[in-house]
Amino acid sequence: MAYSEKVLEHFQHPRNVGTLDKSKNNVGTGLVGAPECGDVMKLQIKVQNDTIVDAKFKTFGCGSAIASSSLATEWLKGKTIEEAQKIKNTDIVQELNLPPVKIHCSVLAEDAIKAALADYQKKSDTEPVDTK
Amino acid sequence: MKRVYLDNNATTPCDPRVVEAMLPYFTEKFGNAASRSHPYGWEAEEAVDYAREQIATLIHADPKEIIFTSGATESDNLALKGVFDMYRKKGNHIITATTEHKAVLDTCKHLAEQGAEITYLKVNDKGLIDLAELEAAIKPTTILVSIMWANNETGVIQPVKEIGEICAKKGILFMSDATQAVGKIDVNPREMGIHLMAFTAHKMYGPKGVGALYVSRKNPRVKVTAQMDGGGHERGMRSGTLNVTGIVGFGKAAELARKEMDQDMARISKLRDRLETTLKNKLEEVYINGDPAHRMPHVTNMSFKHVEGEGLMMTFNQRMALSSGSACTSASLEPSYVLVALGLGDDLAHSSLRFSLGRFTTDEDIDIAIQSIEEGVNHMRSLSPIWEMYKEGVDLSQVTWSPH
Ligand SMILES: Cc1ncc(COP(=O)(O)O)c(C=O)c1O
Repeated sequence: MAYSEKVLEHFQHPRNVGTLDKSKNNVGTGLVGAPECGDVMKLQIKVQNDTIVDAKFKTFGCGSAIASSSLATEWLKGKTIEEAQKIKNTDIVQELNLPPVKIHCSVLAEDAIKAALADYQKKSDTEPVDTK
Repeated sequence: MKRVYLDNNATTPCDPRVVEAMLPYFTEKFGNAASRSHPYGWEAEEAVDYAREQIATLIHADPKEIIFTSGATESDNLALKGVFDMYRKKGNHIITATTEHKAVLDTCKHLAEQGAEITYLKVNDKGLIDLAELEAAIKPTTILVSIMWANNETGVIQPVKEIGEICAKKGILFMSDATQAVGKIDVNPREMGIHLMAFTAHKMYGPKGVGALYVSRKNPRVKVTAQMDGGGHERGMRSGTLNVTGIVGFGKAAELARKEMDQDMARISKLRDRLETTLKNKLEEVYINGDPAHRMPHVTNMSFKHVEGEGLMMTFNQRMALSSGSACTSASLEPSYVLVALGLGDDLAHSSLRFSLGRFTTDEDIDIAIQSIEEGVNHMRSLSPIWEMYKEGVDLSQVTWSPH
């Protein structure tokens, strides 16, 4: 199976690889997936005045999983918490041209975003934003 | 860019000498081997007879014991279904193993729907079946034991001689899928007590789309029920106009294998060992999958812990071809069932790569492979959250994961 150019581009030049200090109150960490499923994503956000000022990821997984999480960090930076809540896996599928067998990678990226946001909100004790 | 091919268990290139032998049979000597009435047919028949002899010589068999097919998948089907149909009155029980190729496992599944009872033997952590377990599984209704010679993913070689002895003692047929062994190591079905044996040309530098089933003709004389109706070719066991060009290539490939196997394998196994030891020395947390003491000399299946195989392959797949036990592409997300059967744990199975070397693998190829793997693993580990956790001393088995 050939990868889309966008997946390859993110895979070859992953954005925002790294780790933020998870003990900080303004850092939210999401760790999703499982080694036995073949993919684990760690996605972190740093928030100032309700805006995501930094995002980092590390991913154990295939090229599409790495590209999905790389793209997610790119999108998160500069967004408010409320805007970030609205990122959907389908947006990632579309942007990266993911084939059906790789849709789970985008789902995992959305889960990672949600988990990082929830962790931040729990820490900062703000009310979860209703996105409905 | 120079490309390195280390996926010879998937298929091998045709040896140029094989292609050369085949060429006249496309154009000048294109006859149907079943045409008895003119020289075109005689020529073709002669060529098939010669190839049958070349192949029989390679496996120390009688040429009459070779039935040509379209490949090992068909040979596996013909052996299992053909024996079941032919010997059904004697019983309906077949014993096989969980690490067999899908061509055997799915055929067994099919036969189970037709009333067969199938026992799947487990393998140990080295990939080997337990002989006592095999013996204990045999019942009065057992008609066939089907255990492969060498595994396609790990290269692990089953104790075929001992299995043959058990089958002989109990008077049941023994079929072996020897696709990955024939042409690479010395294979002698009679000596091993094998009555039916499947193999294929495209894993031994011959063309794709031609294979064979060895069917023992004496002590015991075995017969299989044909699975296709037609002109009654191949002693009535496999109808269809013979693939003369393919068979000529198969024959030539067998002759070359017989002459060059020892020399080739001595060289290739050294390359394999160098690849394996260098990577183990250069990288941490590298595991060899399958029994190193009972293994094909050209194969190594290795897990690079905390790195996902498919992602790892993407770091070098423009310049090097190999296979992974990770199945991130399959809808089920299941890693290789063969590695899981070894009790590897899904995480290590997802982290595995299979290197299968071949006649055309060079020293330089191995240099490139070592460098590519070292760089790829280090890069992927720098991206891996579980490698980071492992390095921080986190006990990964204690983490609450969210399987999906
Ligand atoms: C062990 C084994 N059996 C059967 C097959 C199928 O062979 P063929 O491609 O000739 O049908 C293969 C090849 O993938 C194999 O490795």
